[in-house]
Amino acid sequence: MHTKQSTPWLYLGPGLAILTFFLIYPSINTIYLSFFGRNSENFVGTSNYIYAFTNRTMLTALRNNILWVVVFTPLTVFLGLILAVMLDRVEYETTVKFIIFMPMAISFVGASVIWKFVYAYRPALASQIGLLNALRGILHLSPTPWLIKRPWINNFCLIAVGVWVWTGFCMVILSASYKGLPRQLLEAARIDGATEWGIFWKIILPLMMPTVTVLITTQVINVLKVFDIVYVMTNGNFGTEVIANRMYKEMFNFRNFGRASAIAVILLLLILPMLLVNLRRFRKQGAR
Amino acid sequence: MSKKTLVFSLTILLMIGVIATGAVAQRRTVSVLGIWGGGERDAFMKMLEPFEAATGIKVEFTGTRDLPAVLTTRVAAGNPPDISVLPNPGQMEEFARIGELVDLGTFMDVNKLQSDYAKTWLDLGSYKGKLYAIFISADLKSLVWYNPKAFSEAGYKVPETWDELIALSDKIVSDGKAPWCIGLESGAASGWPGTDWIEDIMLRTAGPEVYDRWVNHEIPWTDPQVKHAWRLFGQIACNEKYVYGGTAAELTANFGDAPDALFTTPPSAYMHRQATFIKSFILKHNPDLVPGIDFSFFPFPPIDPEYDTPALGAADMFVMFNDTPEAEALMRYLATPGAQEIWVAEIGKLSANRRVSLGAYPDELTRKAAQILANAKIFRFDGSDLMPAPVGSGSFWTGILDYVGGEDLDTVLKMIEESAVEAYGR
Repeated sequence: MHTKQSTPWLYLGPGLAILTFFLIYPSINTIYLSFFGRNSENFVGTSNYIYAFTNRTMLTALRNNILWVVVFTPLTVFLGLILAVMLDRVEYETTVKFIIFMPMAISFVGASVIWKFVYAYRPALASQIGLLNALRGILHLSPTPWLIKRPWINNFCLIAVGVWVWTGFCMVILSASYKGLPRQLLEAARIDGATEWGIFWKIILPLMMPTVTVLITTQVINVLKVFDIVYVMTNGNFGTEVIANRMYKEMFNFRNFGRASAIAVILLLLILPMLLVNLRRFRKQGAR
Repeated sequence: MSKKTLVFSLTILLMIGVIATGAVAQRRTVSVLGIWGGGERDAFMKMLEPFEAATGIKVEFTGTRDLPAVLTTRVAAGNPPDISVLPNPGQMEEFARIGELVDLGTFMDVNKLQSDYAKTWLDLGSYKGKLYAIFISADLKSLVWYNPKAFSEAGYKVPETWDELIALSDKIVSDGKAPWCIGLESGAASGWPGTDWIEDIMLRTAGPEVYDRWVNHEIPWTDPQVKHAWRLFGQIACNEKYVYGGTAAELTANFGDAPDALFTTPPSAYMHRQATFIKSFILKHNPDLVPGIDFSFFPFPPIDPEYDTPALGAADMFVMFNDTPEAEALMRYLATPGAQEIWVAEIGKLSANRRVSLGAYPDELTRKAAQILANAKIFRFDGSDLMPAPVGSGSFWTGILDYVGGEDLDTVLKMIEESAVEAYGR
């Protein structure tokens, strides 16, 4: 059948129009605004970017985003992988998976509020309403103000919330991929006398690598944009600031459109390489 | 009539109906954006009832605790509410400067406003000689709340000077108890309760003129007078023995929960410095307490006798974005003593309108606060509310948290000063 040259464009048109209007135009406008002052009136050159890389709070935010990427991403993917492989061998797999996946159904704000209670702190003599400090009380330890202990404990406490929410997601994706592996291969390896450890590292992991890579890139993108947990639990105080929360403050609290745009552009640039990695993977898979 | 024509005519009828109701609804409503929810929202709606009944205008109220974000978005999108509450005069100036606000002088009787309101309120609601905001209620901030029964049982006397206050605090510590309860946590606004302390101390040590210069950033944050005020604040707030639960509890306790420590048996703490509005929190957490008997307040004592006992306050202000007859009517109504009497009676705030009678207040304690506010020789508006947002609702708040968290004072003040240089110098 003969297709006219214009037909593909006709089908692509609506999608492209929506993309241009809701994605490309705002992005370009944001980049444009990032070179202007707080009211988008005066051209200020790169001073918004200089601010973003010299201001103390912004540096803390950049540091914390790196911390989130380095701790959160491997932890969720690794825990998800272990759970996916291990749970495959137990009888009550569905129940356990259901429980681990459940936090995914809660909004981040909801999860953050729940964990704010878990970390709650009351003075030593008062009765503790926070789960962790109540446990410490049972062990005759003094309560700890988890969320204000800088620089590491409070950040790790926040990251733990993210891991709690996202591990289930990783587990489900990896479990699906694991169940799709050819069983004969694993059986053949077992018959040949390979150890379970060896099978995991030399057969299972390499075969699941495409899924793992996609998950890692998705998680890095997710975590770079982390906002809700920090906004609700500490609002970036006590050295827990992250880039997205800083952007929100500059935009809505301080009404500094230039700086907020510059921070948004920086976030976009950080995420871009991850998107490219994903895109290349898709293209490779398509070519196969 | 065929089935087709019937469906067609019905559809047309329906459409006319929808358009008509839409048009009517558009004429008869006024949209209001505010920060209130729960009991405060109920009180606000109650204040609106007589207005709605008398004019037939329906008020569509939306309450959000994150008002600046919602308002910024709606104004930027060209869809502002007709009338909005603003958190502070600083925000009013921002919107007035870019020409988003309606000049109230164009439809309100300015002479009447001048006789009804103290000059302070009108000045605070004006920008470049034009009136943009009216105040419906005020809060007095320079108060120390305490439990009179616990005080008399322990033999403590209400302090009348700063030295007496410190002496009393030391005595309570030597009795093995904590004198103060402080809560600095307040979600996205954490740190603000500390800014009120600094402002009150600045008024008492440096005086109102230096206070004004400080608020307008004519003296730097690193100025010795500013530093002195922070030191005095730190004398109490950074003292692990003075504050119930130490600085850790101070940083993690919510400002609304903090006064609970006054009412445990035995009391966990004895004094709590906070504005008039805390009464509603105390009563909500402890419904059995009687204001004036189970809990009361004394004025935050003078420090330098030269400046006596100044009053620090804040207020709820309304501005208008869309000039419609309905919005005009509502603004006129909100400025009346009748409306404000309903509002203050419900909620225990103080009225900004002079003609609101003392009898409108729900109890003796609120009347006492209203009298302190009315009689204060020196009154100043909450300084952090007047500063540009990057300082007043940014680095000043985080500075308080950093200082109480153990950061070196010079570093804290230098950081605030850095943000101030940028924010004021625009």
